[in-house]
Amino acid sequence: MHSFGYRANALLTFAVTILAFMCAIASLSDNLNSPSPSAEIQILNINWFQKQTHGNDEVSLTMNISADLQSLFTWNTKQLFIFVAAEYETPSNALNQVSVWDAIIPSKEHAKFWIHTSNKYRFVDQGNNLRGKEFNLTLHWHVMPKTGKMFADKLVMPGYRLPKEYR
Amino acid sequence: MDWQGQKLAEQLMQIMLLAFAVVAVATGYVIGSFQMMIMIYAGGVVLTTLITVPNWPFFNCNPLNWLDPTEAQKHPKPQQSVVSKKKSTKKVVPYRITLSDSPLSLSSEDDIMFLEIG
Repeated sequence: MHSFGYRANALLTFAVTILAFMCAIASLSDNLNSPSPSAEIQILNINWFQKQTHGNDEVSLTMNISADLQSLFTWNTKQLFIFVAAEYETPSNALNQVSVWDAIIPSKEHAKFWIHTSNKYRFVDQGNNLRGKEFNLTLHWHVMPKTGKMFADKLVMPGYRLPKEYR
Repeated sequence: MDWQGQKLAEQLMQIMLLAFAVVAVATGYVIGSFQMMIMIYAGGVVLTTLITVPNWPFFNCNPLNWLDPTEAQKHPKPQQSVVSKKKSTKKVVPYRITLSDSPLSLSSEDDIMFLEIG
């Protein structure tokens, strides 16, 4: 502590170390949050359902997605990344997950929403197994923090079925 | 700064930074604003820097007793009485020497010697 430079260096190092601890505490405080999200997806229409030139089935859907994810936001949340995946089983794959829509929710105010949309990404099967297929639509979310650990969870909504014949 | 002042500066810095950090985290959590936590802590770091880093007078309350100047004068450093060995411009002047002087460059012409100075 005998010179200006020595004291300035010691102070800066200690301040940055303490900042690291503060960020760790902020991240740990996220564990205290017990969220209660809710969501609902309605398939309004199957726009078309074809077998592509390469032999793979493809579906185009229009959905109504409504959700209340406000309880997932904490003081240490930067944004929420959500996506909807269609999940089903085929003879060749035990589990298929196809992402059909996603969004970034930047703040708590935007977390309670309702959207009418067609699928943002193509719903294509590996093969032609989709006729009459029963599938789940699962809403996944990733809570991205300002500092620290990211949490991810999901909500499964079962009971959707594709038509038996191509349209 | 004296020794006591240095210790005070170090302790003050650590206590102040920790205190501001605790206040910042608590306030940020209760209000629900990460931004506020960072602002309070940054303000605390600046304040701590202003108080502990510059050499304020209150850090020098127990000054060290350095040796008195009159003591030093009683034991002066020895004067230099020889020619300096620098290779700058050399002047040659006549100089009469006795044998008890320190070595000089000599030219052997009668009893007139030449002294290189400079």
